[in-house]
Amino acid sequence: MTLLKLDKVSRHFGGLTAVKNLSLQVNENQLFGLIGPNGAGKTTVFNLITGMYPPSEGEIWFRDQSLRGLPPHRVAAAGIARTFQNIRLFGALTVVENILVAMHMRRRQNLLSVWAMSSGFRSEEKAFREEAMHLLSLFGMENLAHETAANLPYGSQRRLEIARALATHPKLLLLDEPAAGMNPQEAVELMALIRRLRDEFHCAVLLVEHNMKVVMGVCETIHVIDHGETIAEGDAHHVRNHAKVVAAYLGEG
Amino acid sequence: MKNTLHTLLALAALWLLSVGVNALLIHGPILQGPYIFQILMLAGINIVLAVSLNLTNGITGQFSIGHAGFFAVGAYASAALTVYFGPIFLKSLEMFPRSLNEALLLLLALLTAALAAAVAGLIVGIPSLRLKGDYLAIVTLGFGEIIRVLILNIDAVGGARGFSGIPPLTTFFWVAALVALVIVAVHRLVRSSYGRAFLAVRENEIAAQAMGIDLTRTKVLAFVIGAAFAGMAGCLFGHFSMYLHTNSFTFIKSFEIIIMIALGGLGSLLGSVLGAVVLTALPELFRGFESWRMVIYSLALILIMIYRPQGLLGGKSPFRSKRKPRSP
Repeated sequence: MTLLKLDKVSRHFGGLTAVKNLSLQVNENQLFGLIGPNGAGKTTVFNLITGMYPPSEGEIWFRDQSLRGLPPHRVAAAGIARTFQNIRLFGALTVVENILVAMHMRRRQNLLSVWAMSSGFRSEEKAFREEAMHLLSLFGMENLAHETAANLPYGSQRRLEIARALATHPKLLLLDEPAAGMNPQEAVELMALIRRLRDEFHCAVLLVEHNMKVVMGVCETIHVIDHGETIAEGDAHHVRNHAKVVAAYLGEG
Repeated sequence: MKNTLHTLLALAALWLLSVGVNALLIHGPILQGPYIFQILMLAGINIVLAVSLNLTNGITGQFSIGHAGFFAVGAYASAALTVYFGPIFLKSLEMFPRSLNEALLLLLALLTAALAAAVAGLIVGIPSLRLKGDYLAIVTLGFGEIIRVLILNIDAVGGARGFSGIPPLTTFFWVAALVALVIVAVHRLVRSSYGRAFLAVRENEIAAQAMGIDLTRTKVLAFVIGAAFAGMAGCLFGHFSMYLHTNSFTFIKSFEIIIMIALGGLGSLLGSVLGAVVLTALPELFRGFESWRMVIYSLALILIMIYRPQGLLGGKSPFRSKRKPRSP
């Protein structure tokens, strides 16, 4: 089953073409890697999918629905969640509050029930908190629940970002360089975590990553772009031995 | 059921308090009673203004300098209601006790003020809240002044002569009740999912959006709620001073409110209350120094900005135990 489909998508910034004629397809429950040298346009692809800006040309389909013109919060509601290359937590909020923010769009209660502290509001709040604590416990962070997010160590901030994204109940999770700044041990743990995400939360993962060990170790399909264009797609073995990929990373001899 | 009981108890307590204040300050033995009473009333109105502005500026992080505009809209809209419609209203209900009718009229005026200011907030908020930082500040400053100049040119509410003949409906009870209302409302809001959305927008707009929060809607909501409370404060102000002039609603008033929340600590509910009380009482205390008053006042502010930039209670909200102090 196709979950996400990019159909000949291009994006220009003035005279610069960041993404050119890109087509790719992510299936349900798939672990999909998107790699390429610096400046290849990977983060632009993420921003196009999440509606930060629209594609100049082409169409993006998610569960057979076009994402054209949808603002980021509607894309999130449709079932696409993301993390950021440079961590973007709600720094002054506690860990559990960070998770709860991602549940705001699922609320059933309106302002009046908030002000009246109606039983509906209180039970929803309680259910949200329980779900958030459960999510944190899956990430081994329940003891950090009431810490201020900005005070967490780097690795925990990365994990919190992933947990927060999962709290939106996504069908597709976009991870933008989750292993950046991690040591080899943490990277190994991250790989296990990414596999768990797929198995326990039943969502597909689209991974942008520079750490080749992580990408090759985790992704079933790897899509390589350079200068905004596709140069190869396939499994780890295929991509690693592809002449164009080697050329893009190492330069042509 | 328990909720209703609590509300009734709270109202009874407020009523008892107002009876006490009236007995002590207005009819009582204290020499400067009425003077202190007036400061108390103004402090209450300022608390409502500060707490409501704190919702946009401190909690949602959208720096608005147009709060006096909504204060004015509420004051004039409700005063127009009581001046033109009040006499007919009171006459048609003559068979009931007068104090009850007046309370009813003020309640109606409060609702009118809230509604009018909320509509003004919506009209101002939708276009301007797409802007950020300095630009938002400038635009809200401009809108605040536009509102004031518009009112200045409406003859039915006195124009440049000022609006007089407003019935003195505001009692201590109403001020205390509105203060209680705004504190409870903002406190419950901040602890709810909505409040977390406000804070998330302040902390990181891009991440908030990616987590499914509609930025414009969230900002406008905070702005409109703040405006509605400012409008109600305006209603009580008009029916307390019995005379309105647009000079009370210049951008200087907006800055006064900003200074209150900056002094108390942006984002802190208790800080806003404290800031409003201190900045209402302080100028009065320094009245003896006459010309030195403003110097001391501004010096105090500069010292606070240097030695405690997060405000007196910034980062120490009683409702959120572990909160890092933030600058806007």
